[in-house]
Amino acid sequence: MQDILLKLIPNVMKDLNILGRSILETLQMTGRAGLISFILGMLFGTTLVVTRRGGILENRVIYEILDKLINILRSIPFIILLFCLLPLTRFISGTALGVKGAIVPLVFGTTPFFSRQIEAALSGVDEGLIEAAQSMGNSSWEIIYRVYWRESIPAIARGTSITIINLIGLTAMAGAVGAGGLGNFAYIYGQQRNHLDDIYVTVIILILLVMLIQLIGNIVVKHNTH
Amino acid sequence: MIELSHVCKTFVQEAHGQDNPPEVHAVDDVSLSIQSGDIFGVIGFSGAGKSTLVRCINLLERPDSGSVKIDGVEMTSLSPLALREARKKIGMIFQHFHLMPSRTVFENVAYPLKGSGLSRAQIREKVQKLLTLVELEEKESAYPSQLSGGQKQRVAIARALANDPKVLLCDEATSALDPQTTRQILRLLKNLNEHLGITIVLITHEMAVVKEICTKVAVMEQGRVVEQGDVYSIFANPAMPITQNFIRTTSNLHKVDELIAENAKLTELQPGQLIVRLSYVERNVAEPVISYVSRAFNVDVNIIFANVELLQDSQLGGTVAIISGDRANVTKAIEYFIEKNVEVEVLKDARYSA
Repeated sequence: MQDILLKLIPNVMKDLNILGRSILETLQMTGRAGLISFILGMLFGTTLVVTRRGGILENRVIYEILDKLINILRSIPFIILLFCLLPLTRFISGTALGVKGAIVPLVFGTTPFFSRQIEAALSGVDEGLIEAAQSMGNSSWEIIYRVYWRESIPAIARGTSITIINLIGLTAMAGAVGAGGLGNFAYIYGQQRNHLDDIYVTVIILILLVMLIQLIGNIVVKHNTH
Repeated sequence: MIELSHVCKTFVQEAHGQDNPPEVHAVDDVSLSIQSGDIFGVIGFSGAGKSTLVRCINLLERPDSGSVKIDGVEMTSLSPLALREARKKIGMIFQHFHLMPSRTVFENVAYPLKGSGLSRAQIREKVQKLLTLVELEEKESAYPSQLSGGQKQRVAIARALANDPKVLLCDEATSALDPQTTRQILRLLKNLNEHLGITIVLITHEMAVVKEICTKVAVMEQGRVVEQGDVYSIFANPAMPITQNFIRTTSNLHKVDELIAENAKLTELQPGQLIVRLSYVERNVAEPVISYVSRAFNVDVNIIFANVELLQDSQLGGTVAIISGDRANVTKAIEYFIEKNVEVEVLKDARYSA
């Protein structure tokens, strides 16, 4: 087995330690940035839904500001956003390199998309349920977490798996400019040294990672759909 | 119990590029008084403003002006917190049920009990009692998607009753159901009214629903209440054309008008005959008037349509009949009907034709 692997992917076998570290870094970046963006996405997505016209906490000013801000951030390509955010990243994280330096741009790159996903998910909740909850004397906060959030768990899970998969793509891009992770590995060890097997193995690992996330998402959806 | 006075609600229609967007007077100066224990029907065509009116009671729609009093408490001046507490004592059910699809029947009924201070065991006991009341105790772990329309509405009723409300608002609660299920739901509502003493406000566009269970009725047209009163008097003596229209939908006594207009064979008369519509308009017409006139005045009464039913324990409805006989006797028979408080309409008259 080892012989075959050594023959098939000699460079990967030589750099196994680095590959392992790279996988870990990708998982760290995805995990941390994903968690922060999920929290912010829930916050902004929910705010959009409740402050829009006819929403339970209708507020034209907040809605318009948030809506435009998300549009602006979404229209900047991630690679440009990375450079734009360099000073802010250094200010917040103390460095623009490695996993630590990647979190800020990843959060900026993911949160607007995440917010739209959450907005779409919550918009799928039947207005009648909101009215029923109001008629039962629920407060706005109760309506948010007992109706909007609870009743759209499947849609939120779907949006989350899409966003996390996107985020993995962004970590690879960040990796190419110094953030570490699988992107960095494929670029430095694969592309620059012309070790094609390093690139292919990276691709296979990314495919497995995406499949795993989609699987988890599907399980959550299935468990919460009746 | 519920006092609405001069309630108005206007919506501004969304329209781009207009300085004066059109306004819709959904509820226009409506005053209603609903007594404790009433089953109060509000009937109107769609767009008449009845759904907006019922939402003005629990302030899901806040009236632009006017007062909404429940048990003497002015709803429009309550603080947000007090309003939410007040809403817990006003149950509401909807045309499309609005059950939470991710929750089981049990969880749906338990939904309004969260934060009520009841323990888990007390909630379980209460929910089971409510489910027994609506005869769905064996469905407690089913999801709404697994239920029929009638079952969903019964779950919604159980949920609406969870906080022991004094008032139940029904917004087209039977409009999405088939006739048989409609009757079951109406019977359930009537039971709740009789056994729990709950006051019911029921919005509908079907006169048959009003006839089936309401004690009082208000007829709405273009945001206004054009006629109201107890159900028997409205059915017996509808004043407004819209009310007459609604009532016609529930009885076949007006089919004859079309037949006469079409000159149908059934309505062809021999000389000396006439077609009359006899309607009960007073309570307690219990005498066998038709067989009496036929004997006493020696006339033949040939019934072509009849529709008599009990409404609040009194007979309502009437008969369309061809009367033939001696001209003087026929006239005497008609006078007798009028004397007995039976309304007589002569629809076609061949008494004086050769």
